Amino acid sequence: MALIPSLALQFLQMLLVVAVAPLIIGITRKTRARLLRRTGAPVLQPYRDLARLLRKEALVAETASPLFRVYPYVAFGATWVAAALVPTFATGLLFSWSGDFIAIIALIGTGRATVALAGLDAGTSFGGIGSSREAMIAALAEPAMLMVVFIVALLSGTSQLTGIAAFMASPEVGLRVSLALGLTALVMVAIAENGRIPVDNPATHLELTMVHEAMVLEYAGRHLLMIELAAALKLIAYLAILSCVFLPFGLADAGAGAGAVAVGIAAFLAKLTALAALLAVFETSIAKMRVFRVPEFLGAALMLGLLGTLLLFVSRMSQ
Amino acid sequence: MSPSAPPLQVWAALVIGALLLLAALAPWIARRTSATALVYGTCMALTAAQTALALYSLLAPQPAAALDLAVGLPMQHTLLGWDRLSAAFAVIINAVTAITSAYALGYGRHEPEPARVLPFYPAFLAGMNLVLLANDAFSFLVGWEFMSLASWALVVSQDRDEGNRHAGLVYLLMAFGGTLSLLMFFGLLAGVAGGYSFAQIRGASLPGLTGATVLLLALAGTGSKAGLFPLHAWLPLAHPAAPSHVSALMSAVMTKVAVYAFVRFAFDLVTPGDHGDWLGGLLIVLGAMTAVYGVLAALLEVDIKRVLAFSTIENIGMIFGALGLALAFQAKHFEAAAALALTAALLHGVNHAFMKSALFMGAGALISATGERSLERYGGLIRCMPRTAAGMLIAAAAIAALPPLNGFVSEWLLFQAVLASPTLPGWLLKLLIPAGGAAFALAAALAAALFVRLFGITFLGRARSPEARNAQETDPASSTALLVAAAACVLLGAIPALAIEPLQLVVRDIVGTRLPDPDAGPWRSLVPLSSSGSSYNGAIILAFLLTSATIAAVVLRLVASGALRRTPAWDCGSPDTNPATQYTATSFAQPLKRVFGSTLFLARERVEMAPPGETRPAIAHVEWRDLSWELGYRPLAGSIMWLATQANALQFLTIRRYLLLVFAALIILLAVVAAWH
Repeated sequence: MALIPSLALQFLQMLLVVAVAPLIIGITRKTRARLLRRTGAPVLQPYRDLARLLRKEALVAETASPLFRVYPYVAFGATWVAAALVPTFATGLLFSWSGDFIAIIALIGTGRATVALAGLDAGTSFGGIGSSREAMIAALAEPAMLMVVFIVALLSGTSQLTGIAAFMASPEVGLRVSLALGLTALVMVAIAENGRIPVDNPATHLELTMVHEAMVLEYAGRHLLMIELAAALKLIAYLAILSCVFLPFGLADAGAGAGAVAVGIAAFLAKLTALAALLAVFETSIAKMRVFRVPEFLGAALMLGLLGTLLLFVSRMSQ
Repeated sequence: MSPSAPPLQVWAALVIGALLLLAALAPWIARRTSATALVYGTCMALTAAQTALALYSLLAPQPAAALDLAVGLPMQHTLLGWDRLSAAFAVIINAVTAITSAYALGYGRHEPEPARVLPFYPAFLAGMNLVLLANDAFSFLVGWEFMSLASWALVVSQDRDEGNRHAGLVYLLMAFGGTLSLLMFFGLLAGVAGGYSFAQIRGASLPGLTGATVLLLALAGTGSKAGLFPLHAWLPLAHPAAPSHVSALMSAVMTKVAVYAFVRFAFDLVTPGDHGDWLGGLLIVLGAMTAVYGVLAALLEVDIKRVLAFSTIENIGMIFGALGLALAFQAKHFEAAAALALTAALLHGVNHAFMKSALFMGAGALISATGERSLERYGGLIRCMPRTAAGMLIAAAAIAALPPLNGFVSEWLLFQAVLASPTLPGWLLKLLIPAGGAAFALAAALAAALFVRLFGITFLGRARSPEARNAQETDPASSTALLVAAAACVLLGAIPALAIEPLQLVVRDIVGTRLPDPDAGPWRSLVPLSSSGSSYNGAIILAFLLTSATIAAVVLRLVASGALRRTPAWDCGSPDTNPATQYTATSFAQPLKRVFGSTLFLARERVEMAPPGETRPAIAHVEWRDLSWELGYRPLAGSIMWLATQANALQFLTIRRYLLLVFAALIILLAVVAAWH
């Protein structure tokens, strides 16, 4: 593949994920509002919120360290790179080989650790509570996610998402118990990692139950914009992982023409919209759980992932 | 010394001799003010020279023959020389030691009694180097004991502290146990092989039970030095008790000498053959337990050096788990996968040496700046100690396995080795490996929480004590050494090939093949197995990360409001100026303690509320217990005590009874010998 067009495709993907991230948040919120029989804010409201944050001045706490102004960019950068490495509308993009599924998960982890440090930075009690709970959730969600990676990587013989998507689109996959277990675990982890109900409530404030919002309380203006956009990108990254592993149709191949790319983008947007709507349906049908119920929820995800991996290990015996 | 002796090995032996000479001279000069600079400066120069020699030896087309010295046990010669395995370890150990000695140039000046540290420091270095250079059992054991005893002397150098004396006692007992295992290990091997040189031992064939015993003895001897669960008990006591530059060496370097010894024994001297299967499974189980135990105990701990010591246990678990995978692969002749797992183990050893020495150097700087070791007394130190904070931030992110730093690369290789293992036959391994993989994933995720806690509570927030408020940045020598070690973490993360390519020389010697050539992949990416399409490129990820963060910053600078205002913290509208309202290290770990600690460590929380009407504060009690002490060591110590008390009766016999006792012992021994034949 020629360098220039592939570089252009890579940039297209990076722009695309940032551009649609607020839209997906808007769709989720709108669906949720309609399900609750509210009118809800317009779908484009998140863009307006971000534009308002652009105009506002940034506030920095007097007790904050010099790193306070750096974390938002690092968190955004790490999450953006992770989202850029997931095949969204096309497989085999220019940099896709530089990080596999494990590296993508770990990059999201870099972003998360940065935000957790940001929560501790100003030395406030709310920031600390958020970071501490985020650490607990992540400590269980990350191994569960790695078990999901193990399942799909063992099945497809590679941990590169491009190869996984190609395998999952091929007829060899068939119906497998471990894939069903992996899908369940992945959905549970995605809910926890993105701070959605029942693990965390993205709409909550001033409650002792909040996690993500508590960590970023001290931020305002452009710094908050970066953090909010990073959170939206993380949601996109997880939805893109879900759709590329479990709904791998419509993906443009490496070196495909403009037509295939257009089809890929349309398919990607359709998948994102459908998943965002599904997320809203799920969120309205379940109640927020207590913080100390979360380990049970994620522990179940970890066990499902481990069970799926074990099944794969054992089933190799018969082959 | 024969006239045709190879010059390289002679030079390496001379460096050890020079270190010993320095150790012997140090007591005479220790009272002078320049002694610290002289001793540590010489150590730095000598270990730097040794690094260069070992690197040359590693990259040489043919390893030179061992140097034959006609000293030592009667009828035995002392054989000294590096092959590629020991040369690779000598490079890493001496490189990290040189950095740590540079740190000691500054840090060592705070030492209240230099005469108790200066002589043992070079002796410790000489012992470790002798272990690596040894080519026969006798000089190996001499080096091993030198290393153990010199580090013991350093552990008890501040012996006014009751805790340090206890740590010294436990360490000494465990070190004796370890050496005893190694002594029996070599005894059994030499009995079969008929000689003490490694070359003679290597050719020996070991029948079933003897082979298993030999390998278990090797595991006990080296695992107790490395801190493998359940032989780890001394490590979190002894490593923190020593002065910080020695703690750095014990945690970062001495544990790697133990890893070297295990690789030497299990992969080279004893060809495991049929044993690789169960030994590999055992190591995976022990490694997984060690990793999870270490990181959880570190999360419960608030003493910064003990936190780091427990984190060393975690990393040792990862290394031994990878070695277990390598043994299992090798036993089943999956050479490519064995090369992958062995590379993961060795690379993690290299990475851990840099990360942990940096962290201990930072901890030493914090302790000498504040006089405090508890995380709960720190806070906001990034303002007074920016260079220490920068170095520790990088090392903490690296050891938390965050890409694009170096800790992630070796853990990535470990996970790739797990992914390569379903083809292994054998039911036991099929159940153990996925469970081990999950445990390593859990340990990695907990390590991220651990180092967010360590860095966040220490350097961020507000000062929790007057000492932390008035701390001063450490001296330039210390902070430069810390930053050099941190820079190595970044470099090895971006270009892991710098470490992986030299290690492949070792891996090819041991398992017969190597990782796929990086030239085969795009842009020299790291490829774990040629059959899988997986790859990772740290440099691209680092560049990608920097570019996207910069793009975001530049775009915002162009379109966003540039206004910035310093305000009091918002904290949901109710900020409290008292720094005690911040989260502490204990409260940060409380959710994790509740999830994991209540069963594994019997962690209990109790809140004592004042009755209504009284004004005294409520008190929260937190206690946790180390079950390996309660269930393992304490009963053992108790039964030894009981036996000793019973044997005490034998001290008060009449001469007639003593003679009878001797006679009976002789008869029993003769009967046993007769029955044996």
